[in-house]
Amino acid sequence: MGLQLEHVTKRFGSYTAVDDLSISIPEKEMFGFLGANGAGKTTTFRMILGLIDASEGKITWDGETIDYSTSPLIGYLPEERGLYPKLKVKDQIVYLARLRGMQKQDVLKELDYWLNRFKVPEYAEKKVEELSKGNQQKIQFITAVIHKPKLLILDEPFSGLDPVNVEQLKDAVLELKNNGTTIVFSSHRMEHVEEMCEHLCIMHKGKPVVQGALKEIKRTFGRKNLVIHADFNLEFLKSYPGVIRSRQTTEGIHLQIEGEEMAEGILKEIVGKGFIRKFVLEEPSLNDIFIEKVGASYE
Amino acid sequence: MNNFWIILWHTYFSKLKTKSFIITSLITLVLIIGLTNMTKIIDVFSDDEQGEKVAVIDQSGELFAPFQEQIKSINKDVHLQLYEGSEEEGEKAVKNDEFKGLLVLSQDNEKLPQASFKARSIADSTLPATLQQGLQQIKTQAAATQINLTQEQLGKLYEPVAFSKTALEENAKTEEELNQARGLVYVLLFVIYFAVIMYANMIAMEVATEKSSRVMEILISSVSPIKQMFAKILGIALLSLTQMAAFLLIGYYFVKQNLETMDSGFFEFFGFGDIPVQTIIYAVVFFILGYFLYATLAAFLGSLVSRIEDVQQMITPMTIMIVAGFMIAMVGLGQPETTFITITSYIPFFTPMLMFMRVGMLTLPAWEPLLGIAILLVTIVVLAIFGARVYKGGVLMYGKSNSFKDIKKALQLTKNK
Repeated sequence: MGLQLEHVTKRFGSYTAVDDLSISIPEKEMFGFLGANGAGKTTTFRMILGLIDASEGKITWDGETIDYSTSPLIGYLPEERGLYPKLKVKDQIVYLARLRGMQKQDVLKELDYWLNRFKVPEYAEKKVEELSKGNQQKIQFITAVIHKPKLLILDEPFSGLDPVNVEQLKDAVLELKNNGTTIVFSSHRMEHVEEMCEHLCIMHKGKPVVQGALKEIKRTFGRKNLVIHADFNLEFLKSYPGVIRSRQTTEGIHLQIEGEEMAEGILKEIVGKGFIRKFVLEEPSLNDIFIEKVGASYE
Repeated sequence: MNNFWIILWHTYFSKLKTKSFIITSLITLVLIIGLTNMTKIIDVFSDDEQGEKVAVIDQSGELFAPFQEQIKSINKDVHLQLYEGSEEEGEKAVKNDEFKGLLVLSQDNEKLPQASFKARSIADSTLPATLQQGLQQIKTQAAATQINLTQEQLGKLYEPVAFSKTALEENAKTEEELNQARGLVYVLLFVIYFAVIMYANMIAMEVATEKSSRVMEILISSVSPIKQMFAKILGIALLSLTQMAAFLLIGYYFVKQNLETMDSGFFEFFGFGDIPVQTIIYAVVFFILGYFLYATLAAFLGSLVSRIEDVQQMITPMTIMIVAGFMIAMVGLGQPETTFITITSYIPFFTPMLMFMRVGMLTLPAWEPLLGIAILLVTIVVLAIFGARVYKGGVLMYGKSNSFKDIKKALQLTKNK
């Protein structure tokens, strides 16, 4: 069954934050949410969590509406990190996990595992305000997952982390997914979504503009990227039929073409004109799709 | 319901363990111990001083002896010493701290005593007042002798007029009872006033801290904001009761102890002689109701701000309301029966202090305080329902604005349509 959003709309006064959003996320899948700031991602998450009620539509988990009785099943990492600055890591995780229905002894056992996993066992007795931002984020992540939720919602989990920490956290997320957790996450970084999610949804001004399986989206997008590096001038390819976009680089040219079949013609065109060092046909990146659909650069 | 208790006890214990709470409690305890032992403390210091020495130059030659007698009967701690030197020498001696002051006695044309007093500073008014009082009596006697009045005639002249006050209304408090009640009500009003301001502040800060540190979003994703708000209010209520109980027990213990060693004075004035149980019960009831009224208000006001710095600004109107209630109650202590006081005591925000003051001072028919309590209860329920809705939206709202317009915005957030 998984998570179902059926024609969900949220209006604040005359402003529509989320407009007729329908998503079905199967169990044990990882689902990515993309969208510029103000696209309605956080509002959607808050509706899924039941923090705010949808104006229209229905949200269910395993066929049941989500409310506070299901809160032990759900883990949440909010975009704005929030912990008690003056409270010791151990005390606050115990407190927050007990609110999700855990027993104190179990929390301590799990906390031990997670702190060791992130290689920071000494933090248990430290106050949160003494930790660096990246380490606070690890603690925040632990609070979201310690009660082994069935549904995990991660709002921008990797923002503000150094590459080493991003890898550590990514590993942890993937492990949870392999253990059967359904994960919904939003990210600023296209490559994270591309790398980790089977399904995704791009939101723009409250509306879902692209939605579905990653492979399917890329396939139906049709366009391909063509990278050519050569010793001669490739500028004439800009106006070649079937080329939608082009960008010249120091070593050659990047083209976006209407379809795979165009590549062959282009190859024939340039063969014999000089030495070709690179000719690669690539899948479109999520970034290309995003720019095309939303009409603006994401970052 | 389980989560409710987790939050309640977490709030209670984490607050109980904070340094600021422990320190304020200790300081208050020291103050209470100090106040209840005030007479003992004053005694300790006055023993050290061993009285005050005053040099007297008697230019008339006959005033010193009767004057010394008079002063002795007024205040044993003032020691007069006949000074033989000149006035300049006397002044020097005072400057050198040999004497507290120098009094020059003389007689005017009509043979009546007059005096001038010199001291290093005249900030302390009790000593010259004592001296003046003593001399006044001598002057009265001298004047009476001059116009040939006998001691009896003089006595008659100074006898106080017989004047007694009796309240005709049945059950009305006697003069003595009223004085007693005033002291007790005064002290309890202070306690209610401080406690309500302090704990309401604490709640608003607590909510704003959770909001500004953004831990709120995690909290309300596991527990409903309404449950969380009431658990917090009750947790702090428990904390306040713990603190109050500690203060009252310590205070009561010392008052009782000192009552045995002293038979009059300070405590009797404050009506601690025999404490009317009814007044205490009403004090507790109105304290608890007042707390819940203002705590609910503080919680939802606290939920509207995004930064801790804005809390004070947000709750200022509430604080002013509490101060206003206290001021009216203070004025009302002197005239508890005026219509103005009666009417304002039914305005819910003033009821906790004003109705308590009236109950303590007057003999009211039972329905009056009960009506007050009922009005308070209804207000608390209404405020709690309204406050909970604002709170639910308020805790999700971030931004720099922090005005009362936000209440509307917060309500909108919780609406379904």
